Amino acid sequence: MIEKNQMSEEHSHSYGIYILVWLGLMTLTAVTVAVAGINFGALTVATALLVASIKSFLVLKIFMHLNVEQKVFKIFVGAALFFIIVSFVLLFADYSFL
Amino acid sequence: MSNSPLAVHADHAHRDDIGSRMGMWLFLFTELILFGGMFFLYSVYRFTNQEAFHIAAKELNTLVGTFNTAILLTSSLTIVLSIVAIQKNNRKLSIYFQLITVALALGFLVNKFFEWSAKFHHGIYPGGEELLAKSKGEILFFGLYYVMTGLHGLHVIIGMVLISWMTVYTAKGIVNKDNYVKLETAGLYWHLVDIIWIFLFPLFYLIT
Repeated sequence: MIEKNQMSEEHSHSYGIYILVWLGLMTLTAVTVAVAGINFGALTVATALLVASIKSFLVLKIFMHLNVEQKVFKIFVGAALFFIIVSFVLLFADYSFL
Repeated sequence: MSNSPLAVHADHAHRDDIGSRMGMWLFLFTELILFGGMFFLYSVYRFTNQEAFHIAAKELNTLVGTFNTAILLTSSLTIVLSIVAIQKNNRKLSIYFQLITVALALGFLVNKFFEWSAKFHHGIYPGGEELLAKSKGEILFFGLYYVMTGLHGLHVIIGMVLISWMTVYTAKGIVNKDNYVKLETAGLYWHLVDIIWIFLFPLFYLIT
């Protein structure tokens, strides 16, 4: 059974995994709304962004099929995210000292 | 070039599905730059106007925002299921899933319409008297709110048009079991719209 799953993973044409991921995304949404009510101070934004990042990761990997795409797709997405993060770091390198 | 249908036997006509998907991904990166710039603006203004952003965000309806998040996440599910359905050669089911996706997108926009209308009614719109009477930080918050959710809404409309187009293709058999890359790329676009909202939602609706 497990072997069969692994074999067909490359082109798994099944509904199940997507419904599971959707349930996960809905749960994470509920979590982020619930957590927003609690005051963690500076951690509140961090928590919200962390949950949003996990959700985006799931969408990118499963819904957008990055898990089965060629490696070059993953490298490109990684590079794009890397430059976004670098830009934010440089931006706040300026603003943190205002 | 080698795209000519005469080049080889019909069933071996040149097709580059990976290239098609890569093309869409490259386009999505430019979308990331477009929205990324706005997220930069948001983060700097929020950092320099923390109190005002908290006060302003209280005007937004968290329930409507949460509901819209659920709608978009579900529409992302249905578009990906429509691809599975076409892979299984179930054209009818694929079309149903696409129609549900478009209906959910429409539902999202209807909510947005009522949300914006309520704000407008209270005089909170760019240049509105109520808004201009507020502090500078609050004006910035609502400026960003309208531009970012507005641009996102525009993407929702474009996504709806794209998916409806794919529904016509699927009905005509242009999108079929052996050639569904068009539907896949439309799906990629739709998921990006979803990801943008995944970040917009906590940044605007969940600052308390």
